[in-house]
Amino acid sequence: MKITKADVEHVAKLARLEITEAEQDAFSKQLSAILTYVEQLKTLDTAGVEPTATVLEQTNVFREDKARPSLSVEKALANAPEREDGHFAVPKIIEER
Amino acid sequence: MAYEVVIGLEVHAQLLTQSKMFCACGTKFGLPANSQTCPICLGMPGTLPVINKKAVEMAVRTGLALQCRIGEKNRFARKNYFYPDLPKGYQISQYEAPICEQGSVEVEVGQAKKPIRIRRAHLEEDAGKNIHEAGAHGSRVDLNRAGTPLLEIVTEPDMCSADEVVAYLKQLRETLMYLEVCDGNMEEGSLRCEPNLSLRPVGQKAFGTKVELKNINSFKFVKEAIEYEIKRQTKVLNEGGKIAQETRLWDSDKGETATMRSKEEAHDYRYFPDPDLVPLSLSPEWIEELRTTLPELPGARQRRFVGEYGLPKYDAEVLTGTKAMADYFEACVRLFPQPKTVSNWVMGELLRELNNAGVSAAASPVSPERLVSLLQLVEKATISLKVAREIFPELYASGKAPEQIVQEKGLTQVSDEGALAKIIDEVIAKNHAQVEQYRGGKEAVLGFLVGQVMKSSGGKANPGKVNELLKKKLAG
Repeated sequence: MKITKADVEHVAKLARLEITEAEQDAFSKQLSAILTYVEQLKTLDTAGVEPTATVLEQTNVFREDKARPSLSVEKALANAPEREDGHFAVPKIIEER
Repeated sequence: MAYEVVIGLEVHAQLLTQSKMFCACGTKFGLPANSQTCPICLGMPGTLPVINKKAVEMAVRTGLALQCRIGEKNRFARKNYFYPDLPKGYQISQYEAPICEQGSVEVEVGQAKKPIRIRRAHLEEDAGKNIHEAGAHGSRVDLNRAGTPLLEIVTEPDMCSADEVVAYLKQLRETLMYLEVCDGNMEEGSLRCEPNLSLRPVGQKAFGTKVELKNINSFKFVKEAIEYEIKRQTKVLNEGGKIAQETRLWDSDKGETATMRSKEEAHDYRYFPDPDLVPLSLSPEWIEELRTTLPELPGARQRRFVGEYGLPKYDAEVLTGTKAMADYFEACVRLFPQPKTVSNWVMGELLRELNNAGVSAAASPVSPERLVSLLQLVEKATISLKVAREIFPELYASGKAPEQIVQEKGLTQVSDEGALAKIIDEVIAKNHAQVEQYRGGKEAVLGFLVGQVMKSSGGKANPGKVNELLKKKLAG
């Protein structure tokens, strides 16, 4: 399966990764090779086999609907690079119209 | 060219659980920012989500009420995107196997009934809240809401006017509130709706380009935003332009929609099953057990109010408008089995006061018992209907018993023949001309004379008695 440089660029963008032109080139080759290898699985007959989303046999692990105390605001914000008035401060999200 | 509009609706209903979807933080609205978070809903590494059982039950009950097929095998999936209000970098949602599918809601617009098909309803967690202040150089994030359980309910594109959308939304909201799974508060965002709409030339089968509308937080704005958008798109198309597929934000101050410009990437969510959560399996037994917990829904209750109490359809509609009101009405009727009389009072006097105060019938300061005592005072002719209506605002405001108000104000109706005869004699003496007219055969004048007696008695005279005595006197 061919992964183009454009595919790599797109995926990198979605993952917020900045990569160089040379890296794009290298990754497109590597990823193509990996996916081609994995593609062998397609030769298996999987008709009637349910997709496996988990190998655990457990189902229905629940919590009862009870609220417990939360973290203090101080603790919640402890890792925030920037804060403002009890909030996480982030770069402006909506552009000015 | 003539166009027709095609509208589908996504509704996000915040489920009324005590705790969040996947952690034990509370779900209260309006707390100080970031005071309702924990390592799980903050998206700390190494934490694991655990499903809130109550949220699942609420979703199933809603699905059953919306005539949906309930999926026995459920998976949660990750919807991946970066946004500051989404700490994990993904939202836990459902993709392939939603909990509810293929339902239907019947709405009434004018005289016509129309089924609106529900495509799916699925469970997911809410994001936090971004706060953008005009002029500020950055945005702020409050994660109190992050992880709150939501049921996203998606219709097929079955609606073709703003009125149909409003009718559907009202019906859906009522149903959710009857089920007690959502408080229906649109201003606080517990019920959010996102219409998507497109125009196509009348007669054309293929849909036009779809625009999604956001930031709509009342029924009024739903109607205004859709009507605005229909006009806007018609204009673009008529001028030979093309509709861009986009999300537009409703601006209620300006009364228009505008392109939502954000720095976010093109949507490519790369859904995949969440490996942190084992599948959710709903056995037919569990589903049936939940079905038995469904309350009587608004439509059915409305029909019963017409059938069982002989109420006009209009009364039944108003009274079943909220579960609290319908419960109030029925509590009164159990104590005072005259449904139409009760209905008149509940829809008139009581509803007026409740609406003025913005209070639900469940929190009415006049209990069903108090209202019934008032009605009994009228029934026993202790006070007139007119007096009863006049003292209602005081009954509502003071919390006093109706008997006490009547006594304090000396409003007891006068039925004593001697006392009434005296007033009647005075009225007859003063209104000579009218008395002559009556005696001359103009019987309609009687009403005027009764009115005069009522007036001189300060509204306290028993009108039935006055009528009877006056006729006797005038004849004699």
